[in-house]
Amino acid sequence: MNLSDSIKYYPLGDHAVVLCFGDVISKEVNNRIRNVAACMDNMNTLGIIEYVPAYTTITIYYDPLTIGYEAVLIVIQHLLENIPSCLEQQSLEKIIPVFYNGPDLADVARYTGLSQEQVIRIHSESEYLVYMIGFAPGFPYLGGMDKRIAAPRKEVPRLKIEAGSVGIAGEQTGVYPMETPGGWQIIGQTPLQLFNMNRDKPSFLGVGDRVRFEPIGYDEFLHIRKIENGG
Amino acid sequence: MGVRVIKTGLLTTIQDLGRSGFRKYGIAVSGAIDTLALRLGNSILGNNEDEAGIECTSLGPTLYFDEGQLVCITGADLSPSVDNMSVAMWKPVFIAAGSVLSFGKPKSGCRSYICFYRGLDVPEVLGSKSTYLKGRIGGWKGRALKKQDEIKFCRPYVGSKREFRWCIDTSIYPDLSERSIRVTEGPHFAQFDSPSLLNFLFNTFTLSNESDRMGYRLESEGPLRIKDQREQLSTAVSFGTIQVPPQGNAIILMADHPTTGGYPVIGQVATVDLPLLAQKTPQDQITFELIALTEAHGLLKNKNTQLNQLKRTIALKYE
Repeated sequence: MNLSDSIKYYPLGDHAVVLCFGDVISKEVNNRIRNVAACMDNMNTLGIIEYVPAYTTITIYYDPLTIGYEAVLIVIQHLLENIPSCLEQQSLEKIIPVFYNGPDLADVARYTGLSQEQVIRIHSESEYLVYMIGFAPGFPYLGGMDKRIAAPRKEVPRLKIEAGSVGIAGEQTGVYPMETPGGWQIIGQTPLQLFNMNRDKPSFLGVGDRVRFEPIGYDEFLHIRKIENGG
Repeated sequence: MGVRVIKTGLLTTIQDLGRSGFRKYGIAVSGAIDTLALRLGNSILGNNEDEAGIECTSLGPTLYFDEGQLVCITGADLSPSVDNMSVAMWKPVFIAAGSVLSFGKPKSGCRSYICFYRGLDVPEVLGSKSTYLKGRIGGWKGRALKKQDEIKFCRPYVGSKREFRWCIDTSIYPDLSERSIRVTEGPHFAQFDSPSLLNFLFNTFTLSNESDRMGYRLESEGPLRIKDQREQLSTAVSFGTIQVPPQGNAIILMADHPTTGGYPVIGQVATVDLPLLAQKTPQDQITFELIALTEAHGLLKNKNTQLNQLKRTIALKYE
């Protein structure tokens, strides 16, 4: 089956199909993925459980006892053929204050050949786009990081990373909403709660938001954290 | 009226069949790691198969029943007993008010399920009663059970029958000493070098001590290496995804796994073998057997047909 000239697809085990829209992170690919995702929200096919959009892929989970792999592909093909070419996209600006004191800041500086101050300046000067939410509740995958501060993931993932940690993995940057294991290089920490089930909108960020990081000192970090924790 | 926790055990959580529909917000599916054991336990009680039960890990809890209830214990044999008398698994057992259910030495497997007649009365969070430990949501206050927690039953058992002489044919449930886990090719399978693929398919892997509900970290003789070591873009993963970080030791993602990951994926455990894998414990050894997608689907369908037949047989016993 050929879904479309520009879309590759392959199974992820016996209960998921991956659609791949490209090889590199781009706003165009992200727009296309957001359009397909919006159409999937209105789709109601028995046996198709849910989907997860990512940088260049959409993974579709299905129940193999209800629908076969080939049938899933036919449903997707029909959806792709009937997709509106442009949809209105909402884009909000969000500021994330960061105390840049991460345990891997020195390693990132060493790897990139920059000073720690330069890494902080470059990281906080760019505007980032939220490409996807994943990994953990409310965890944003951001695009738009300056390649000069790109650094590989840690060889062995850490078993514990504190909530609010700001990290770099390859050419990606992100913030850990809660304590979790992970392999990113940690350069700082935000006092903001990115995910809180008790708020009307549990996730601080949404796909399509524009994000800026603002360097803060330790006192301000403590002050904001106190407010976030309810005074 | 329900059970009160006297001793917590190693890791005791409330689980149903998981929380689907929220993966795109980064929320793990969670749920029983061994879904077959939970489904069987519920089925034996005549419950809907997705009722919430208690998942026990290696060392089970001690529970005081302040009201009589019909329960069924399935999965790993962790030597369950009621008031210090050994109690049968895989069948309905009435536990009287004032009795204590406890567990002893793990005999086989690592996760046992206590299912209760008509389930447990805890609030649904995002459509499920499952405990998502890292997300701190669901189950009982979003966490593992602690001493003095009191979990209510949904409904009292009002049936007059207290002795059940029948037992189910447990051949539907895997032999937990089996080490071979069937897998399909992962998206990056062909990108691994040939020594790595030989290692993956013919060598033995040991579960490290860092294995939990999120994932099993594996140790093997040689590392698994991808030919082109460039960084992967993060993409969605699933229960049973076998990903390989750069140091070359595979990680199998389990029920509480993160929704997305950025490591190459060498394989994916066939859904039919996830219950067997769920019963493996640190230092257990496993091997991988590669099968085709169609075979994985066929095996799953056969298993489901068997389960449905069993449910019909059980329904007759309650008539």
